[in-house]
Amino acid sequence: MQYLSVLIFGLPVEFLVLSFITILCALYVVTNKNPIHSVLALIMTFFSISAHYIILNAQFLAIVNLIVYAGAIMVLFLFVLMLLNLNKDSEPQVKMGWQVAATIAAGLLLVVLAASLHKSSEYVSRNPVEGVGLVKNLGKYLFSEFLVPFELSGILFLAAMVGAVFLGKRKTDDESTEMEETA
Amino acid sequence: MKPDSIFNSLDISHYIYLSCVLFCIGMFGVLMRRNAIVLLMCIELMLNAVNLLFAAFSSYMGDASGQLFVFFIMVVAAAEAAVGLAILVMVYRNTKSTDVGLLNNLKG
Repeated sequence: MQYLSVLIFGLPVEFLVLSFITILCALYVVTNKNPIHSVLALIMTFFSISAHYIILNAQFLAIVNLIVYAGAIMVLFLFVLMLLNLNKDSEPQVKMGWQVAATIAAGLLLVVLAASLHKSSEYVSRNPVEGVGLVKNLGKYLFSEFLVPFELSGILFLAAMVGAVFLGKRKTDDESTEMEETA
Repeated sequence: MKPDSIFNSLDISHYIYLSCVLFCIGMFGVLMRRNAIVLLMCIELMLNAVNLLFAAFSSYMGDASGQLFVFFIMVVAAAEAAVGLAILVMVYRNTKSTDVGLLNNLKG
């Protein structure tokens, strides 16, 4: 894949633009009062992260990220939001001091993470292989080295599905009266 | 590896910084918001920051294991979202609100 070679501040322009979009949308998710807008901004964030995967030569991951996150998980979130009929007015109020404390805590975490990780790039052997992110290569690894985790994740999915159905099931009338009697 | 590949013009440290920023934004949201559904979304954001870092390291080192880890994180995220939203719907049925501040019965 051919890349633009335009550099701004010594960085490729596509990385800068995508990072800008990603961070802006992520900030919009957490600061917006309307949950529906938050979901839409989060979908936008996932799209830009998928674009990051593409410039990192992880093509299959980019598509799976779009299908699973933007396509399945966020649609689930949207459905639940519309089911619960949430809007700006139902948004719980947060105290000002709590917001300041959250900002300081997140800023401190950022400083600690950046300071502890900024040397780690020296230890990365830069050895990109052509086609490492394609389905053929990933499938080979998934069904040989990672076969047991793959099967286990299937069981996890089954358990999550049963749990979600059980939790989401509305209690029938005689069941709920039974509960009230025992309570 | 082509000479104009992004791996030559961009150091991995920039991806590390980007992931750190995304993770901290997610944590900021978890600390600041009290709407349970936004909390779940912030957790997804943090998981995605980790995914991005896994993919960046995997691509720079030419090792597919990192990208497979991302798949497993996606599986866990999907399962977590499904169960979390089911719990959320149940909580909403009982309290008519998604405010996590109301769920303080275990405080003692």
